[in-house]
Amino acid sequence: MSENIMEVKHLQTQFTRDNQKTVVLDHVSFHIKKGEVLGLVGESGCGKSVTSLSIMRLFKDTTGEITNGEIVYNGTNLLSISESDMRRIRGKEISMIFQEPMTSLNPVMKIGEQLMEAIRLHLGYSDQKAREQAVSMLTKVGIPRPSEIMGEYPHQLSGGMRQRIMIAMAMSCNPNLLIADEPTTALDVTIQAQILDVMKQLQAEEHMSMLLITHDLGVVAEMCNRVVVMYAGRVVEEASVYDLFDEPKHPYTKGLIGSVPKIGQKRARLDSVPGNVPTPNNMPKGCKFAPRCKDVMPVCWEKEPVITTVGKERFCRCWLYQGEGRDVHV
Amino acid sequence: MFMSKSLVVVDGIKKTFPIDSGLLSSKKSVKAVNHVSFEIKEGETFSLVGESGCGKSTTGRLVTRLLMPDEGKIWINGEEISKMKETKLREVRKQVQMVFQDPYASLNPRMKIRDVVAEPLLIHTKLSAQERDRIVAEMLEVVGLSSYHAEKFAHEFSGGQRQRIGIARALILKPKLIVADEPVSALDVSIQSQILNLLKDLQEEFHLTYLFISHDLSVVEHISDKIGVMYLGSLVESGPKETIFANPRHPYTKALLSSVPIPDPRAKRERIILQGDVPSPVNPPLGCLFHTRCPFAMDICKTTPPALREAADRDHFVACHL
Amino acid sequence: MEVVKEIGHNVVVPTEKKSRAREFWKKWKKQKTAFWAGFFILFLFVIALFGPWIAPYDPYEPNYDVTLQTPSIEHWAGTDEYGRDILSRIIVGTGISLGVSFSSVLVGAVVGTILGLISGYYGGWMDRLIMRWSDVMFAFPDLLLAIAIVAILGPGLTNVVVAVAVFSIPSFARLIRGNTLAAKEAVFVEAARSMGAKSSRIMFRHIFPETVSSMIVFFSMRIGTSILAASSLSFLGLGAAPESPDWGAMLSMGRDYLATSPHVVIIPGIAIFLTVLAFNLVGDGLRDILDPKTKN
Repeated sequence: MSENIMEVKHLQTQFTRDNQKTVVLDHVSFHIKKGEVLGLVGESGCGKSVTSLSIMRLFKDTTGEITNGEIVYNGTNLLSISESDMRRIRGKEISMIFQEPMTSLNPVMKIGEQLMEAIRLHLGYSDQKAREQAVSMLTKVGIPRPSEIMGEYPHQLSGGMRQRIMIAMAMSCNPNLLIADEPTTALDVTIQAQILDVMKQLQAEEHMSMLLITHDLGVVAEMCNRVVVMYAGRVVEEASVYDLFDEPKHPYTKGLIGSVPKIGQKRARLDSVPGNVPTPNNMPKGCKFAPRCKDVMPVCWEKEPVITTVGKERFCRCWLYQGEGRDVHV
Repeated sequence: MFMSKSLVVVDGIKKTFPIDSGLLSSKKSVKAVNHVSFEIKEGETFSLVGESGCGKSTTGRLVTRLLMPDEGKIWINGEEISKMKETKLREVRKQVQMVFQDPYASLNPRMKIRDVVAEPLLIHTKLSAQERDRIVAEMLEVVGLSSYHAEKFAHEFSGGQRQRIGIARALILKPKLIVADEPVSALDVSIQSQILNLLKDLQEEFHLTYLFISHDLSVVEHISDKIGVMYLGSLVESGPKETIFANPRHPYTKALLSSVPIPDPRAKRERIILQGDVPSPVNPPLGCLFHTRCPFAMDICKTTPPALREAADRDHFVACHL
Repeated sequence: MEVVKEIGHNVVVPTEKKSRAREFWKKWKKQKTAFWAGFFILFLFVIALFGPWIAPYDPYEPNYDVTLQTPSIEHWAGTDEYGRDILSRIIVGTGISLGVSFSSVLVGAVVGTILGLISGYYGGWMDRLIMRWSDVMFAFPDLLLAIAIVAILGPGLTNVVVAVAVFSIPSFARLIRGNTLAAKEAVFVEAARSMGAKSSRIMFRHIFPETVSSMIVFFSMRIGTSILAASSLSFLGLGAAPESPDWGAMLSMGRDYLATSPHVVIIPGIAIFLTVLAFNLVGDGLRDILDPKTKN
């Protein structure tokens, strides 16, 4: 128990639109160990961002709703605590970084004010102390001239700088868990390298746990200890990063890894996963990946497979491996 | 590849955009493309690679003459088009088609796919409606869609399918050159590889020449024959793919290559992390444009811009004082 | 072809085909107020078309036995100072009001749209010319402008149409210009250019459809305004002939009897009020459905 900072169990989330309920997450279970970087990988629409919003209970409107499951953080189920308790946890114990830093920064507030606001709120520091903490955070994330930047507005900074600010803000209250949702997707590759470098360094220094959500397998390979692969609102595979890349089990993971061109590797053709991701209103009945799977069997069309153990700390949701190991959870 | 003729020759093109910066400040301008030259041989894939704002898309739009260059010359299939009149340009445009980055925005949402794909035929040919429909159906099959898709609207398709439609439209006149501006960067990886494979197959089948614009080095390595690396509107290095990836000479190319995350947790390498951001193209640095971030900058770099010179290997050009 | 075989592409059945008309109807039914206002307008159109056959009395024939009667069983809306049945006059007047306002807005919309497209698409001196001219037109109060035009051309319904159309043109031109500027930046417009499409094709095939929905919205709102303007002109004696059953003219004729027989004025007033209101409500409803800016 104590080695996991978070355990997500059987999470089910649905959206309601025009009186139509759509289940976007179903049976999502995984855990984050203390001090590790867990990657949550998948393509657009697979539910990885909804997972992070569910953890933070951050649905902007009433259309999103968690209908089942538990999110246990340090022994407490986040789904059963009050909104005001949740607010205390958000930002202080669990912080989040989003893909587009501009939308998460207030455009009419100075960088310094925004940073200090969170610090004062969560740590109860005085103005002076909050300012010191803010400047030291900016220095940590590699921002030149931190005290000058404190007085500037978000639009005066470049995308990479803004993402550094976001990281500084997320880290300013020494959170136990950092959720980073596609933190470098909007950035250029040389800037991405800078940001990943900063994140890696801070994570190691603070021994912080991190949930890194990304579609980029390169980023996963570089940053993560363990990986959870999602497809169509389900977890399809969970493995250590080495196992995942050395020997992917789920046909989707295999396809995904094979379809990424790799520098220095000469291939005339890339593997590709045929077809398209099913839309939530158009889900196949059995395994959600069956229509695109090259190893599809009759049973796949009929029944959805459960997640099973397929090795040491490895899980996979696929009929190919059913019966091989113990069913872990439905 | 030897001795095949050049389909595209670009010689020293420049494009500057004026920017309005309020009432009182003086008129400023951005040098989006600055003295860029390259050649693309028939049947070849030439990729322009670089980070956002490096001028690669503008270069693509200059080659298709969606923009007119301020200076320099562009030959397509032997015809000089840099100052050509719109009416005459229409003939050239039959040979040059574009595939756009955003498959959602590049297809008119109010038109049926049949009309979207047939539009070039309508513009350039006098074929009857039946003949057009037949060619459209054929083209949809070629790009991996079905003829019944013709009756649908763009919003009924996924991103990958839309990009196939965009490719069908670009191919329908049997052009020689396709300018593809980030054609896969809006797509998921599993879909991206479908489209990359399709582009390769089509190149073989129709003997196409590609000008491929991308920020993604792994994609570029996969698809290209030759590569041009751009930084702040200038070409800093160009050459055959193998040379660029195995033996990059320009420090920027080196840093760019080392920045790409490799999808292999066991990959070991030395990463060059560049300091700072790309300077604003409104106020580009003097001398070599890269000297503000270059780990090897010398005194001469701060004053004199280096020219693009042939390096030791054949066809390999580098703009660096080193 | 080999390319095809490999791509198992037909796995995703695209979402069921919804005809746009049906989708529009679904949304329209949800706009309760606008829905009923639209119903009312439809009803007005029926009256406008069949007015002369529906009207219980001849709207022009005086009957001095029954002058200025208040509403009764025989004359539901009473009679005017010549003993003409007011209801019959309102019914026949519907055709005049709707006809005048529709044709004037239509002329304004067609001319304004063309000007707006040219202005937005070509930019440069043409844009400046058209927009400065619009500014000048906007500087005049609408009604004053209309009065001036009718004063020059002479009274009569045709000239009212011209006058109201002229002051509608700049508003349409502005609206369409704005939409054109936005649509011009669309990637599919750039795609059409890269294919070698001519300007006329780009303007009418690609840009114009993008402007249609906001034009329809504005059109329906503008009808209300133009009914008011046409009625005002008639009221001032510059529009329909005084004896005609035009609503504005009826108001004008009845104002002498305001104290003694107010229904002579009130009833055409209500007709104008309800019609203008209905068009504005329909316009609001259409905007909620069609305007891309209010879409969520």
